Amino acid sequence: MQSAISVRNLVKTYAEGATGVTALRGVDLDVYRGELVLLMGPSGSGKTTLLSIMGCILTATSGSITVANREVSTLNEKALPGVRLEHIGFVFQGFNLFPTLTAGENVELMLDLKGIRGRQARERAAKLLDQVGLASKYDSFPANLSGGQKQRVAIARALAGDPQIILADEPTAALDSHTGRKVMEMMRDLAHEKGRAVVIVTHDSRMVDLADRTIHIEDGLIANPAPVNEPVMPAIPQGVVTGWFAENPGLNFA
Amino acid sequence: MPPLARRNLFHDKIRLTVTLTGIVFAVVLIVVELGLFVGFTVTTSGLIDHSNTDLWVTSKHVPYIELGAPFSERKLSQVKAVPGVAEAQKFITQWTQWQCPDGRTESVQIVGINPDSELGRPWNLVEGRVEDLKTPDAIIVDELYKKKLGVTRIGEVFEINHHRARVVGFTNGIRAFTTSPYIFTTFKNAQDYSRIPLDQTVYLQVKVAPGADLGQVRQSIQNRLKDVDVVTNSQFSRMTQVYWMFTTGAGLAVLLAAILGLVVGFVVVAQTIYATTMDHLKEFGTLKAMGAPNRYIYRVIIAQAAMSAVMGYVLGMGVSFFVVHASQQGGAAILLPLPMAVGMFFLTLVMCVGAATVSISKVTSIDPAMVFKG
Repeated sequence: MQSAISVRNLVKTYAEGATGVTALRGVDLDVYRGELVLLMGPSGSGKTTLLSIMGCILTATSGSITVANREVSTLNEKALPGVRLEHIGFVFQGFNLFPTLTAGENVELMLDLKGIRGRQARERAAKLLDQVGLASKYDSFPANLSGGQKQRVAIARALAGDPQIILADEPTAALDSHTGRKVMEMMRDLAHEKGRAVVIVTHDSRMVDLADRTIHIEDGLIANPAPVNEPVMPAIPQGVVTGWFAENPGLNFA
Repeated sequence: MPPLARRNLFHDKIRLTVTLTGIVFAVVLIVVELGLFVGFTVTTSGLIDHSNTDLWVTSKHVPYIELGAPFSERKLSQVKAVPGVAEAQKFITQWTQWQCPDGRTESVQIVGINPDSELGRPWNLVEGRVEDLKTPDAIIVDELYKKKLGVTRIGEVFEINHHRARVVGFTNGIRAFTTSPYIFTTFKNAQDYSRIPLDQTVYLQVKVAPGADLGQVRQSIQNRLKDVDVVTNSQFSRMTQVYWMFTTGAGLAVLLAAILGLVVGFVVVAQTIYATTMDHLKEFGTLKAMGAPNRYIYRVIIAQAAMSAVMGYVLGMGVSFFVVHASQQGGAAILLPLPMAVGMFFLTLVMCVGAATVSISKVTSIDPAMVFKG
């Protein structure tokens, strides 16, 4: 099975004055479509750095990164936004919604970046919000939404670009446990529907049971490495829809 | 595109008010100063521009109309004999003293003309007729200077340099740049009021015959009269404008004030748009993380600047129209020709978009990894 993201011997060093801080010391990792992977580890272990490099937001000091079968480690910085726009959706700890735009307009913004505008954008944004259970909140501003609702809007926005990879940094940190669980279930079902690769950085060990795989990172290295190129989980057959999205069909806007 | 720029702009109403105040200040200051510059320029050469004259014969090296020196009036007949000359008239403008009813003395500029000629006549008459100047001791005064000279109505009698002067008419809007009002009268009266000898004149005004070549006629007169200068109306107008506006520094002063307005507007807009950008830095970082190219973000910032420019321009021009209108009854007219109003729009746009470049350079350097910092 071909990986959605593959990193080999990844090293990242931040220069700080006369010394440098090495956040990643040679990481090897494959993430496959259709699986939910948790990245866990103590603060400063390199989880967010790894996520940032996988998301083409940071560049590695050395090593190779392949995203959607494309070698990106040799791309210059100007080319990286295009890779993110095409293949990756992000969900952030602080939701990162635009406070002056409504929920619907936040989703439309992603569509606008993809060149989808006007009525078509509005219709697709409405459909996406409906799929995350927020159809009635299209015209609501983020200030009038609960934490869970904001995160669902953020998920809808991340999905608006139809990415094959979803990267989330502590998506439940600002939510209560019940709401956080619901969001995680939604992200699990995203992974199992249409073969999206979902990678989540989290400190919350209560979510481990929802993951297909948990990667522990310590001091810039994976503490429990799996053999390279070996799928860890059985492949989900294409077209089989389970869980939350079985109850909310039609998250297909391709 | 979702209305991100518009929403960000109107989100913080206090900051928007500050931005618009800065732009309005800049627009009003620039319009007023440039309007003063245009008004002053037009005023300095008003006598020349409204003279209906093609050529001026002056004593040697006269730099502007107020500095003419007397020369023999016999040159008039010599000028009239030049082929291509349709008409020539004597013309005086000289400073002299006006005696106000309350005992004050005011400086005035006597303008002596031939009331039977179209050359050099007063314009914008609102009371009386130019022909009334042919009555004894007749003068025409501008309404703007009634209070200054103590004039209230037609028929009043005053003293100019110990000679009698009787008001027979009023004009409106004939300003003197030097603030010494023009007093139109006959050439003969002007000689008395200004103590110019009877056989002398200060200028000769020449009208060229239809079809005659202006340059050739000018040269012919110059060849015939050796100890005078012959200049075209437009040349004389420009010389007078340049002297008053730049040689004296008056024009530079108003232009500098206009530039100051531009700088103030630029700084205020740059500062407020920068502050707004900093407030929304996380959003711009999110946009970058989502894959937005830099130019997408630039569009948002420039759109904010452009919207601010349009709103500020409209408000600023509203205030400016009021100021311009109020100035029409004053000694210094502020003029706002249509090209200047249109140009002001583009200048405001350039000012605001230029000010936004400070913010653009900031967002260019945003590290999208900041979005992971909670």
